[in-house]
Amino acid sequence: MERDSVKAFLGIVGRDLRLALRQRADALMVVLFFVLTGALFPFGLGPEPNLLARIAPGIIWVTALLAVLLSLERLFLADYEDGALELMALSPLPLSAIVLAKALAHWLTTGLPLMAAAPLIALLYNLDEAALPLTLATLALGTPSLTLIGAVGAALSLGARRGGALIPLLVLPLTIPVLIFGVGAIDAELAGLSTKPHLLLLGAILVLALPFAPIAAAAAIRQAVE
Amino acid sequence: MHRFANPGRFLRLARVLLPWFAVASVLGIGIGLGLGLFVAPPDYQQGDTVRIMYVHVPSAWMALFVYTNIAIASAVALIWRHPLADLAAKASAPLGAGFTFLALITGSLWGKPMWGTYWVWDARLTSVLVLFFLYLGHIALSSAFDDPQRGRRAAAILALVGFVNVPIIKFSVDWWNTLHQPASVIRLDGPTIHPDMLWPLIAMALGFTFYYLSLLLVRLRSELLESRIRALESSMVAEGRAPRLATAGGEA
Amino acid sequence: MSLFEGRGLACRRGERWVFAALDFALPAGGALLLTGPNGSGKSSLLRVMAGLLPPAEGSLLWDGAPLRAEPEGHRRRLHFLGHQDAVKPVLSARENLAFWAALRGGAAAAETLERALAAFRLEALAEVPARLLSAGQKRRLALSRLLASPAELWLLDEPSVGLDRASDRALAEALAAHRAGGGRIVASSHVPLELPGAETLDLDAFAATSAEPWPDADWSEAPWSEIP
Repeated sequence: MERDSVKAFLGIVGRDLRLALRQRADALMVVLFFVLTGALFPFGLGPEPNLLARIAPGIIWVTALLAVLLSLERLFLADYEDGALELMALSPLPLSAIVLAKALAHWLTTGLPLMAAAPLIALLYNLDEAALPLTLATLALGTPSLTLIGAVGAALSLGARRGGALIPLLVLPLTIPVLIFGVGAIDAELAGLSTKPHLLLLGAILVLALPFAPIAAAAAIRQAVE
Repeated sequence: MHRFANPGRFLRLARVLLPWFAVASVLGIGIGLGLGLFVAPPDYQQGDTVRIMYVHVPSAWMALFVYTNIAIASAVALIWRHPLADLAAKASAPLGAGFTFLALITGSLWGKPMWGTYWVWDARLTSVLVLFFLYLGHIALSSAFDDPQRGRRAAAILALVGFVNVPIIKFSVDWWNTLHQPASVIRLDGPTIHPDMLWPLIAMALGFTFYYLSLLLVRLRSELLESRIRALESSMVAEGRAPRLATAGGEA
Repeated sequence: MSLFEGRGLACRRGERWVFAALDFALPAGGALLLTGPNGSGKSSLLRVMAGLLPPAEGSLLWDGAPLRAEPEGHRRRLHFLGHQDAVKPVLSARENLAFWAALRGGAAAAETLERALAAFRLEALAEVPARLLSAGQKRRLALSRLLASPAELWLLDEPSVGLDRASDRALAEALAAHRAGGGRIVASSHVPLELPGAETLDLDAFAATSAEPWPDADWSEAPWSEIP
């Protein structure tokens, strides 16, 4: 039974990864959005290197947050529309585990590529090279939380009119703490302060989101497939 | 728990309570404004502008109080499926958003003479702004579905998730604020409060609470009638009859 | 013998009562055919039986034990076929099928998948991306899901929609084989479905008469007169 559950869990992750791989354009678009938006700010702010280096952490995090938001709609919508979600809700695997599997696949196809693209933005903004590993660490700790919190919003908006426009409205206020601690850690590193409290708080958010967000999202999906 | 699930009994109870609540609300706000504007002393630093506090602080309290109510009602609706609870949550949200908006407006009007600008990213104001966004999300979600009940139940989940997040958001905003503006901001409220300033605050808070309760009763009553009309209409449609223009009495 | 039973079931969609006071009993090897006009609640009853939609009143029992107590055990023993086919266009027919079989407990043996595909004449199309399949072929792929992993109870919503005559036969054979093995079937259908000896449940007979948005609503005390 245990092994069956693990197999079923991995089966969902594998299927979603395979779907993402065959529809590469979706995941690619998110990264492209991240890089393009990041490259846009200097046109509005001017090319002054010191200014850009100072705001780089904020730009990286805000654009990463927006990119994740952009990708949230596809987390459940396709499965909801073609009836796959109700079949998943009827499978022996608990629905919250299914949400977790789908969130994992989503993070692997958005959070991870965003981390890969982040050094490019850091380069464009002259971010201190020494701060780069920490920047990636904050993204590694923070973007899974964004996906998990976002999953709740994506699940709640299933079947709603204007679902896509609704998700940012639901999710953005809830992600503010992630943004604050993510940027705070990089700023602290640049200022030569301890980054530990920020990273611990980011980790704490992830630890809280890991069990609770899938439960809330599963409850929302149950309502959607009634 | 389900005693007031009888909508007829609720409507009757509402009819009895509403006048009392309305009078209590007028009295509370009247006394609070009277004391606050004419009796309470001006602040030795801020002068008469401090009187904005008598609207601002109770509004901010109400913003949190109503959100707490929404979360409790949502929990009751999700766990016990009490039919009035999710209606109460939905009916409360615009009222809470109104108080939050009032707190933001008065905060920024107060900020102008104090800080020389309408908006400062003060920790409290920022938290209230985020709370306002949470309210907007709740209202948008609860009205985003063709089936109103589905909207209310989705909004109930969002309210619980939001409620768990409120302390986290508050903590993170405080953290962020002290990080970026080390202790130079004048706090909106002093550390100690004179009794002459406390009484008008309490009167206003009570007045606002009864104002909220009165409007909640009115809104619940119209929500009840609306859902009954919808139920009658949809059962007519199911029988293949076209409903006439809905009448409030519902006796089609 | 174990029974799948519903007692006093009532269903509400949104604020409308769909049916009320509905009873049914389904023994092993039995079949139940749901009939009734549009909107009479055939799909809703199937969703109630699957556990997707909680009944507003009444209860479902398996072997005398209420299903509410162990929803996961119930999900383990049922196959649900809804209006939609849940076929992913970028996956091949076999990949689609293998995923659903694996989700229901362990990877299915390759020959089980082959048999399921062959039963609905899809073996030649197994490697074809599902986006190339026609609507009827997609329906057949959805039906082959029933055979790709074992489940005692089949809940089928309009299973024969869009099928050609040969596939109709294949469906009838699959249904008969399932029942011969002690399986149970509940199916809704507008067109005659080959289910010999099936009990017919006409949902029109359980149409709800109440229009009240709440189960125990009592408006007798409502002060209508003061509302304009």
